[in-house]
Amino acid sequence: MDFLRPTTWEEALAAKADQPEALPVQGGTDVMVEINFDVRRPPALLDLTRVAELREWTVEDGGGCRVGAGVTYTTVIEELGGALPGLAQASRTVGSPQIRNRGTVGGNLGAASPAGDSHPPLLAAGAEIEVESRDRGIRLIPAEEFYLGVKRSALLPDELIRAVRLRAAGGPQYFSKVGTRNAMVIAVCSFAIALHPEDRRVGTGVGSAAPTPLRALEAEEFLRGELDWDAPLDPALARRFGELCAGAASPIDDVRGTAGYRRHAIGVMARRTLAWAWNDHLGRRAA
Amino acid sequence: MRVTFTVNGREEAVDGVWEGESLLYVLRERVGLPGSKNACEQGECGSCTVYLDGTPVCSCLVAAGQAEGRQVRTVEGLADGGRLDPVQEAFVECGAVQCGFCTPGLIVQAHDLIERVARPSDAEIREALAGNLCRCTGYEKILDAVRLAAARKSAGRPAAGRTPGQTVGQTAGQTAGQGTPGGEAAG
Repeated sequence: MDFLRPTTWEEALAAKADQPEALPVQGGTDVMVEINFDVRRPPALLDLTRVAELREWTVEDGGGCRVGAGVTYTTVIEELGGALPGLAQASRTVGSPQIRNRGTVGGNLGAASPAGDSHPPLLAAGAEIEVESRDRGIRLIPAEEFYLGVKRSALLPDELIRAVRLRAAGGPQYFSKVGTRNAMVIAVCSFAIALHPEDRRVGTGVGSAAPTPLRALEAEEFLRGELDWDAPLDPALARRFGELCAGAASPIDDVRGTAGYRRHAIGVMARRTLAWAWNDHLGRRAA
Repeated sequence: MRVTFTVNGREEAVDGVWEGESLLYVLRERVGLPGSKNACEQGECGSCTVYLDGTPVCSCLVAAGQAEGRQVRTVEGLADGGRLDPVQEAFVECGAVQCGFCTPGLIVQAHDLIERVARPSDAEIREALAGNLCRCTGYEKILDAVRLAAARKSAGRPAAGRTPGQTVGQTAGQTAGQGTPGGEAAG
């Protein structure tokens, strides 16, 4: 096995282009588990922790945010809770303090597990994944096109994830997750919602309830047609939204939960998070 | 490959490290620091917690090569010469050690908590220790120990020397200086 340690982004891209089978490692919270348990023996590890720019984030005055692929969950929680509340809430539910000190949003994307906690808020917020290769330059991939299957993404073998780009929250955002305890839990299922009052749209993200994280598109369309942005939330409308979100899921039975439970829980979380977000929305307008 | 890093203030150059090896393995098997414990090897139990450049991490999930040039501090590096760190003292006094396997990780993690938060609430202590599992389930004494260490630290009072047979019990919400020796029996 080779251990590659680029110190600049250009070196990292060159290393990945020359050895496309090299496995990028950032916090190691997924990669090292696979190596420790002999599940994976990549020919090379590509350590990205020395590429300082990956740990940077920016929030521009116009609302554009860019979160480097090496930004840890701890940093998201401590520094980005205002601009990216949905992602920060999801980050708080990741593992334990030790895991959040090492684990990164970029690593979550690279692993592309359907249960990854970053994915639902990125989908709900309409994030784009910035990836780059030495030979073809930068591509921006919308989050909903990034996830292709269980632990499979649109990332090509010579590409690396450089950053996530998204807008600072224009409205309330919530993340909800079902698990057996409040720490060290891989999601049984999860749900994220983001209100976009500026274009009268609601974004959704469904986690751990299908081969990939996904948006509940029919549910989003339903709210786009039916939601009165100036009125209290109609409980019947919230219920229907929950049903449509549950319908978007295609879960399986596994050790963490049954398909039926997951589908039900997605419906409940969708209805609840919409109600929480709507309360905040009306509260902000009244304030 | 060779990995050179600083551990507990001493520079170590370790040869023959396999590229997929964890920092934990290097510490235990190559540097001779077995304080950090090897249990789950997947970041679930926290028994291998060490400081990496001042941040607590699970050393089983750090590739050894990632420690190149970095500062590592293990449980062995907390005591000041022959004098235990106040967190270690508190664990001893409160009987927060049963089989002892989880203790090194808990001590490093608790050490970090009270460095950052002068008077942690019970909720903050529980959150900070959420990634450290005690298979003996001795959590109450562990919480007692962290409360005691935090209270002493925020009072600026050095830990009392260990007195055999004497234990300290403290309950939630007690402020520094109110902890009275002899409150609770060691478990």
